[in-house]
Amino acid sequence: MGISRRSFLKILGGGVAGAALGNVLTPKTVRATAAANPTEFMGILVDTTRCVGCRTCEASCAETHHLPIPDISDESVLEKERKTTETQLTVVNRYKTEKGEVFVKKQCMHCNQPGCVSACLVKAMEKRKEGPVIWNTNCMGCRYCMPSCPFEIPKFEFHSATPRIQKCTLCWERLEKGEKPACVENCPEQALIFGPRRKLVEEANKRIYQNPGQYETHIYGEHEVGGTGYLYLSKVPFEQIGFRTDLGTTAYPEFTKGFLYSVPLVLLLWPAFLIGVNTLTKKGEEEMGGKGGGRS
Amino acid sequence: MNETAITPQIKNVKDLWTFIRGELKPRGKIFTTFNVISFPIIVLGAALVLFRLVKGLGAVTNLSQEFPWGIWIGFDVMVGVAFAGGAYILTFVVYILRSEKYHPVVRATVLNGFLAYVFYAGAIFLDLGRWWNIVNPILGNKFGVNSVLFLVSWHFLLYMISLFIEFSPTVAEWLGFKRIRKILASLTVGAVIFGIALSTLHQSGLGALFMMAKDKIHPLWYTEFIPVLFFVSSIFAGLSMVIFEGTISHKVFADQIDQDHHESFDHILIGLGKGCAGALFVYFFMKILILIHGKQWSLLATPMGTWYLIELIGLVLLPCILFLHGVRYENVTVIRMAAILSMLGILINRLNYSVIAYKWYVPFSQRYLPSWMEIVITLAILFTEVWAFRWIVNRMPVVRESPAWATEEETVTKPATIRKGVSQWKVSAM
Repeated sequence: MGISRRSFLKILGGGVAGAALGNVLTPKTVRATAAANPTEFMGILVDTTRCVGCRTCEASCAETHHLPIPDISDESVLEKERKTTETQLTVVNRYKTEKGEVFVKKQCMHCNQPGCVSACLVKAMEKRKEGPVIWNTNCMGCRYCMPSCPFEIPKFEFHSATPRIQKCTLCWERLEKGEKPACVENCPEQALIFGPRRKLVEEANKRIYQNPGQYETHIYGEHEVGGTGYLYLSKVPFEQIGFRTDLGTTAYPEFTKGFLYSVPLVLLLWPAFLIGVNTLTKKGEEEMGGKGGGRS
Repeated sequence: MNETAITPQIKNVKDLWTFIRGELKPRGKIFTTFNVISFPIIVLGAALVLFRLVKGLGAVTNLSQEFPWGIWIGFDVMVGVAFAGGAYILTFVVYILRSEKYHPVVRATVLNGFLAYVFYAGAIFLDLGRWWNIVNPILGNKFGVNSVLFLVSWHFLLYMISLFIEFSPTVAEWLGFKRIRKILASLTVGAVIFGIALSTLHQSGLGALFMMAKDKIHPLWYTEFIPVLFFVSSIFAGLSMVIFEGTISHKVFADQIDQDHHESFDHILIGLGKGCAGALFVYFFMKILILIHGKQWSLLATPMGTWYLIELIGLVLLPCILFLHGVRYENVTVIRMAAILSMLGILINRLNYSVIAYKWYVPFSQRYLPSWMEIVITLAILFTEVWAFRWIVNRMPVVRESPAWATEEETVTKPATIRKGVSQWKVSAM
């Protein structure tokens, strides 16, 4: 099997993404297994220049996840910028820009190295090797995933005695059956493309270079926070259509890595030091004899 | 009033049961101002806890998708744990550096730390949406080893056990378990060393929780050194709490304290003040270094900048100077004032990370303010802790001297003088 250096690195990159989420104490072993696993992250490319704001994706998403189905004929909701909620896993917003109205679908970005996953102390947030970031019921409801998400996506059912974290799962249940995510399946404008992330980046680059002037020469999500499963194309600068462009390209789990690496060090060296001091003070006591160890 | 505690003779489970039943009875005046205020709040708090468990977090708290963590995390856990830091500092000074000077306050501090952890773990339990899964990170369903919170949760559990071991000789003295006391006392230094390592990591770990909220915390507060800042600040937070709690305990339990300790207490406070001044200075210096390296001078001119300066100057530098002054002129009143100021500084600092400087860009109308129910439950937890503390101090040799048999060199185990009569089992106090 011919594997180019480039694609190898890509697979490795994807693997490292998962690996960084593995056991922090044994990054090497995890990295090795991830590299041996050739499954590619799947993702979705959103071409905002094609989106007409019909909100079919919202409705089909709600239907798939058994959530209240929004009235998509009601355009008044577009007046204000909306966020996803515990009952709306994806929302379409309208932005008035220098190049006219732009509609942007918003949902979980399915980061390559998600902050929420590394935040979770019971691995209830899980990055599947196929790409989706999903939630499992062993969750404690601590909500640490919420401040740890750069896109503020995980939503908590505050008004339930048995609350869940709700977010886009990239239709994981459908993917398992070999189907496409509901929003992609039902998009009438082909504004959404589902496929391996690597191919989506290629497709996005192709569109940018084959249509000069029609797109910003930037794919949002290619490098943001270490790369995301959702990728966006736009004809206007991304900050004009509700994206945070100040998030940087560092994957969020990296921010806690330094601290976590110091843990085994502290646990080894600190007690050794303390035992040393304890022994030293004891000796001092003996030498001083009658003085009684520095009593004041 | 009787200084010599009467050691109960417990030979079997039935004896133990009778003794504990006797001890459970309230002592002293029931209708004190504190009881009259705290009891209704505890009852109301308990009712609200039930309400929260049935109806969900949203029914009781003002938490939202924007502000998923409120005062139960920002105050109860973050501030409570910082204040409980006194236990690891004092055990370090007394058991590792062997400074006998602070021995009289070490038991109360360890007890205070232990109770703080027990009750703040309780606060976490209330704050967890899916509380029945609280055992998952311990049982391994599943181990999220790359999570800072995983580390913090394990450390909480292990540290509670360490603190209990550190405190356990006191319990053994109360029950009159001589041999068990000896065994438990031999574990103290080990528990102390383990406890200090755990504290270092989870005090800083609480700060590390905010590392991934990089885009949400105001740049004047967000720095890669948050964990170090949390650790250093837990030193003076803990010591200030020892000063504060010690001062109150000293008044409330005055009749249990022997004359020597009464006289040495001011010296202890001055020593603690010295420690606070040092830690505060290190902390202030680090904050300044971080500020200089951040090169975000323009932010200081914003409203958040003012708020930052109030915290830095008014609640870090000022208490530092006051502590120095108090130590220099041996003025205990100034030290107490400084302790209160620095505790206030910790309160503001931890709330800044979790609530105030967190998403500072969200307009005030959409911001999180605790609901009255969150405050009542927090107060109820606090009062229950004080009740537990008082119950223990009134029964076990915490601020009072250990019974004679325990302080005597245990090398020679003398047959204890046999005292008879269940009625005499009550340990002195009140």
